[in-house]
Amino acid sequence: MEAVTPAIRIEGLSLTFTQDGRRTEVLRGLDLTVARGEFVAIVGASGVGKSTLLRVLMDLAKPTTGTVELSPDPDAERPLALVFQDARLLPWRRVLSNVMFGLEKSSLPKAERERRAMQALGLVGLSELAQRWPHQLSGGQRQRVALARALAVRPAILLMDEPFSALDIATRENLQDELIRIRRETHKTIIFVTHDIDEATYLADRIVALGGKPGEVRSVRTIDLPHPRRRGALALQEISMAVKADITADAPARDDWVI
Amino acid sequence: MRQKPVLLAAIGLLCFLLLWEAAPRLGLINPMFLPPPSSLPAAFMKEFRSGIWLQMVGHSLGHYALGFIVGAGLGAILGVLTGMSRFLEDFLAWVVRLLRPIPNLAWAPFAIIWFGVDQAAAVFIISIGVFWITFFAAHGAIRTVDRDLVEVAEAFGFRTGWEKLFKVLLPAATPGILIGLRTALGQAWMAVVAAELNGVSGLGSRMMQASSLLATDIVIIYMLTMAALYGVMDAVFMFAQGRLLRWKP
Repeated sequence: MEAVTPAIRIEGLSLTFTQDGRRTEVLRGLDLTVARGEFVAIVGASGVGKSTLLRVLMDLAKPTTGTVELSPDPDAERPLALVFQDARLLPWRRVLSNVMFGLEKSSLPKAERERRAMQALGLVGLSELAQRWPHQLSGGQRQRVALARALAVRPAILLMDEPFSALDIATRENLQDELIRIRRETHKTIIFVTHDIDEATYLADRIVALGGKPGEVRSVRTIDLPHPRRRGALALQEISMAVKADITADAPARDDWVI
Repeated sequence: MRQKPVLLAAIGLLCFLLLWEAAPRLGLINPMFLPPPSSLPAAFMKEFRSGIWLQMVGHSLGHYALGFIVGAGLGAILGVLTGMSRFLEDFLAWVVRLLRPIPNLAWAPFAIIWFGVDQAAAVFIISIGVFWITFFAAHGAIRTVDRDLVEVAEAFGFRTGWEKLFKVLLPAATPGILIGLRTALGQAWMAVVAAELNGVSGLGSRMMQASSLLATDIVIIYMLTMAALYGVMDAVFMFAQGRLLRWKP
């Protein structure tokens, strides 16, 4: 890591849902600082609060306690953009118009919005499909469009919520490599949520393992291996196994259980 | 036989017309009660030449258009608003239950009292007829919009109700709203006849007049006129809908 400027600093983040009078604690006391340009993967079983964390960062859910501090990035126009697990393209808009969607919040002239959307589509390699309807695309293409839509708004941090988990293996691996390339070209800070530990070790600079109920940080491991990495390399496998052990390890003894 | 549906439909229609022609000619039915189709062109030409036909069609189309725009417009707007706002839906729940079951014709006395025997009275009755159809279609369409798509709008910074309405809710609800509008398009013609029964000039009143004189051929001419107008409108509507929904698989 070069000169470490934090892109985002999360401190003491907890979230408790109340539904039908029942309180469910989803996240507890989460601290995380992500450096500018860093690729952080957040792994953990489903229900551990990974997606909830992204929803809090996007201001789609309110934390019960804790703070999220985003440092202003002069090169970015939006603090954050999110890629959902299912592409969630708007079916009534053509591909290009879907990519322009986020830009419609800005006051940019239409020609400029279109130029940026085309640029983002080029980055994900789909320029020639700009005039298609979403239903004419494959699952992988749809996810590329979703990625372009997020990149087009020029976010300081790109959040990705299990973006490749619904795809077949070949498409998934292909998109993982594309993401590495895009990251190299754009130097984006990326927070990538996944339940696939091997995916995390293949992609990330750092892996944050969440575990338990409510979800807590079990470990933070740095992967000091350069890209391109070799899938299934022994070094990666060792990290994967260590992370798996972190997640499944029994929760540290505590005397503050709330029933 | 599947390859010639158009031909089959034509043969079916021809059989229907032949049966219709035969019934009065063979003396099965008094031609006064059911004039044969062959007598209709002459009756139509007579009605047309006198200028009455064009005038009546003009009046009714006016009532139809205004009634449809007012009724469907208000219905769609209110349906969308109650679909978006739980508060408004709960607030209006019993008002809707109270007014919904009243047939539009039951409003006729008030229509006459409030507006007189005038086009406004007909427009009022027609608009009530189409209001509810559009209202419930729009309400349901907004309610069933995928929450995930609304979340996309929120994630990209469209947080106000208006932004969500125009960026996601309305386009996503358009297919459902159009179904309601199409139903209303047919329902409005029924309402036109009903609205003109009490003397407001148009197809309906002309039909009443003709039937009281036992001029059944004239009644049938206006029935067919209505069918033709509806057919044209529905075809135009389907064309427009196809354009609007060309994003659908």
